[in-house]
Amino acid sequence: MTKAMTGAKMVVQALIDQGVDVVFGYPGGAVLPIYDEIFQQNSIKHVLVRHEQGAVHAAEGYARSTGKPGVALVTSGPGATNAVTGLTDALMDSIPIIVLTGQVPTFMIGSDAFQEADTVGITRPCTKHNWLVKETDKLAPTLHEAFHIATSGRPGPVVIDIPKDVQFATGTYTEARQVETHYNPQVKGDMEMITELAKAMETAKKPVFYTGGGVINSGPAASQLLRELVAATGFPITSTLMGLGSYPASGDNWIGMLGMHGLYEANMAMHDCDLMINIGARFDDRITGRLDAFSPGSKKAHIDIDASSINKVIKVDMPILGDCAHVLEDLLNVWKSRGRKTDKEAVGQWWHQINDWRKVDCLSFKQEGKIIKPQYALQRLEELTKKHDRYICTEVGQHQMWAAQYLGFEDPNRWMTSGGLGTMGYGFPASIGVQMGHPDALVINVAGEASWLMNMQELGTAMQYNLPVKQFILNNERLGMVRQWQELLHGERYSSSWSESLPDFVKLAEAFGTKGIQCHDPDTLDDAIMEMITYDGPVLFDCLVEKHENCFPMIPSGKAHNEMLLGDADTSNAIQAGGAVLV
Amino acid sequence: MSPLKIKKGSTSHSAYELRPNFSDTEEKHTLAILVENEPGVLARVIGLFSGRGYNIDSLTVAEVDHLGHRSRITIVTTGTPQIINQIKAQLGRIVDVHKVNDLTVEGASVERELALFKVVGSGDQRIEAIRLADIFRANVVDSTLESFVFEITGTSEKIDAFAELMQPLGLQEIARTGVAALSRGAMT
Repeated sequence: MTKAMTGAKMVVQALIDQGVDVVFGYPGGAVLPIYDEIFQQNSIKHVLVRHEQGAVHAAEGYARSTGKPGVALVTSGPGATNAVTGLTDALMDSIPIIVLTGQVPTFMIGSDAFQEADTVGITRPCTKHNWLVKETDKLAPTLHEAFHIATSGRPGPVVIDIPKDVQFATGTYTEARQVETHYNPQVKGDMEMITELAKAMETAKKPVFYTGGGVINSGPAASQLLRELVAATGFPITSTLMGLGSYPASGDNWIGMLGMHGLYEANMAMHDCDLMINIGARFDDRITGRLDAFSPGSKKAHIDIDASSINKVIKVDMPILGDCAHVLEDLLNVWKSRGRKTDKEAVGQWWHQINDWRKVDCLSFKQEGKIIKPQYALQRLEELTKKHDRYICTEVGQHQMWAAQYLGFEDPNRWMTSGGLGTMGYGFPASIGVQMGHPDALVINVAGEASWLMNMQELGTAMQYNLPVKQFILNNERLGMVRQWQELLHGERYSSSWSESLPDFVKLAEAFGTKGIQCHDPDTLDDAIMEMITYDGPVLFDCLVEKHENCFPMIPSGKAHNEMLLGDADTSNAIQAGGAVLV
Repeated sequence: MSPLKIKKGSTSHSAYELRPNFSDTEEKHTLAILVENEPGVLARVIGLFSGRGYNIDSLTVAEVDHLGHRSRITIVTTGTPQIINQIKAQLGRIVDVHKVNDLTVEGASVERELALFKVVGSGDQRIEAIRLADIFRANVVDSTLESFVFEITGTSEKIDAFAELMQPLGLQEIARTGVAALSRGAMT
C-alpha cells in the first residue's frame, strides 16, 4: 500500500509502524512540521526534555531497559550538536537509538544559514550510520532502514537529518516490508570453532566465563542460555560493568564484576585461568590492565558479533563471529551432545582456589562513627530496595563503581550506566527514559553531586511528566574519582576536584515543586531511604558521605590483574611513571 | 591450536582472517573496497583511517557500476598484520561497504597507476627527457617549445623510478592517480 503524505507525516507514520510509543525531544525551527504532526496524533507520546543531551540519554535509558530502540527528535544546528555526546555514548556502549535531526531546507544547505550545522559530517564518527535525506520519497525507506541498522548486528545509534523542505513536501509513503536492505550481519557462529570450544571446556582445569554487554544486547534468550550453560558446566562466571545482570548476582557461580574496580577473586580468576570464554565483551582497557600480563596462561575464546572486536587488543585462540544467543545455543547443544563432560575434579580444585581468594573479602569496610560511608549507603539501599521491581541508573565516577560493587543485579536490562564513554550527566536523563518505559517500577539513579549537576535541568522534565525517579546522590563535595587519582598520581595536589558553591539540594527540589531529603546520619539512613521510596514523585536524596573515601579494590594503571590494591595502605608508590600516562 | 598463517598467493573467500599471525613487521597491503555509491561513504572510509590512526599510502575511488550504484575504492596501506586485519574488520562494519578484498593476500593481482609529468627544459636535457620517456613507454600528451607533459602508466615503483630520472631534466610537476588494482584470473 502506498500513500501520499508530507515528509513530516511520514516521520510520525514510520515511528508508529515501527512500534515506537515514546519520543524524547526538543522543538526548534527546523523540526516544526514534525512537531505539528506529533500534535495531531495520540499514538506516540512526546517527552519534552530540557536539553538535547538529556533527550539522547533518555532514549538510551529507555532502550537499555526495554530492549527496544529509543528515539530522540531534535532541531538543526545546536539541537544536533547537543546530541553528539549522547550519540557517542550510545556508540561506545552499543545502544540502539534513532536520532532525528531537523536541517535547514535543502536549497539553503551550505550557505551558513541560521542554525545550520553539517550534522551528518559532525555525527559520522559517532554513529553506526547516518543519512541526510534530500527527497521526500526516500524518507520512509530511510526511516525503516534506520531501525533495522540500529537494532541488528552490533546495535548502535543512527542519525537521520531531515531538511525542512523535505518535511513540508508531499511524497509517497513506503511501508517497512517494501524496503530492501543489504545490511544483514552474520548471527550464526562457525560450528567447527564452536566444537573446538566445547572440547576445550571438557578438559579445562581452570575455566572462567567472562561476559559483557553483548549478552544483554543479544536479548533475554542469551541471558537464559548463559545461565543454563553456567549451571550445566559449573564454571565460575564474571562480568564486565556492562554485562551485570545477565547472570544473577545471587547465582551460585557468580564471582563478581571484574576489571579496574572489580572484585579480587574475579580478577585473580581471570589472571590464573587456563580457559577464558569471552561472551560479548571486548577486552576493554578497564578490564585487561597491563596487556602483556593479561591472563598469560590461558586459551582464550571470544564470541562477538563484531569482527573488529576480535583480535583487536588481545590475541585469541578461538574466535567465534556471531550473535551471543545463537552461539550459546549451538555451544550448549554441542557440549551436551558430546556427553556433558567437564574435568570435575580439577574444576573443584579451581573453586577451592577461588574461595580462598574470596576470603580476602575485598569489599569489606567499616561503618563507624557518625559519618555515612558511601559503601554503607549503597549497602542499605540494596537491602531496602532489592525486593522491588527495580531499575538502577548511575552517573560516572566513584559512586558508579560502588554501585556496581554493592548492588546486586538479578536480571538483564536492570542496570543503565555509561561504560565506554564514561559520560557524567548520563544517569539522570537515563532514569527518565527508564521510567517512561516502566511507569510502575522503582527507578533509582545513583549519582555523585558533581555528575548530577551536569544534567540537573531534567528535573523539570521529571516534574512535568510526573516521573517518580529517585536521585540518590552520594554527596562528598568532591569529584571523587578525580580526587582519588590526584591522591595516587599527582602528589595529593587536588587541582579543581572539589565541588564548591553546591546548591542546597533540598531547596532545589522544592524549587521545582518536589521532595528533597538530606541525610548525614547513619542511624537515620534507613528511614530516609524508605521515605524516598514511598514518596510519590521525583526525589532528590542528598546523602552526605565521607569526603575522602577511595574506591577499592583497584588495579592501578599499567598493572596486571594480580597486582590489585585492596585499600589505602597499599597505595604508596602504587602507580609508576609508565602507568601515569594512562587514563 | 596455533594461529594459521596465510601464505602469499593462497586464496580466501573472506577478508576477515580471524586467526592472524601477530608479527611486528610492517607490511604493505592493497585493499579493494566495494561500496554503495552514497554521499559520505568516502568520508566515512577516510575518517576511519584518520580517526584510528591508520596509514593511507594511496587511495583511488570511482563509480564502477552505474546501475548497481557501486563504487570501488582502492587503498594501499601499511601496518603490522594485526593492524591490517583491524583495518579490514573496521572497513567491513561500515554499513555502506559491501565487500573488502585484500589483494595482497588473496592470490596474485595486478596494480597500475597513471601519472602526468610536466618537464621544462631545452637542448640536451629535452632530448634526454624524451629518450627516457620512450624507454619507459610514456606518451607525450602536450608539448611546447620549452616543455613536455608525459603520460605514464605502470606500477608505483615504475613511476617512482621515472620521477627520479626526470628530476635533473627539468621536472616541474607530477599528478598521480594512485593505485588501481584487480586480482588476476577469473575469480572476482
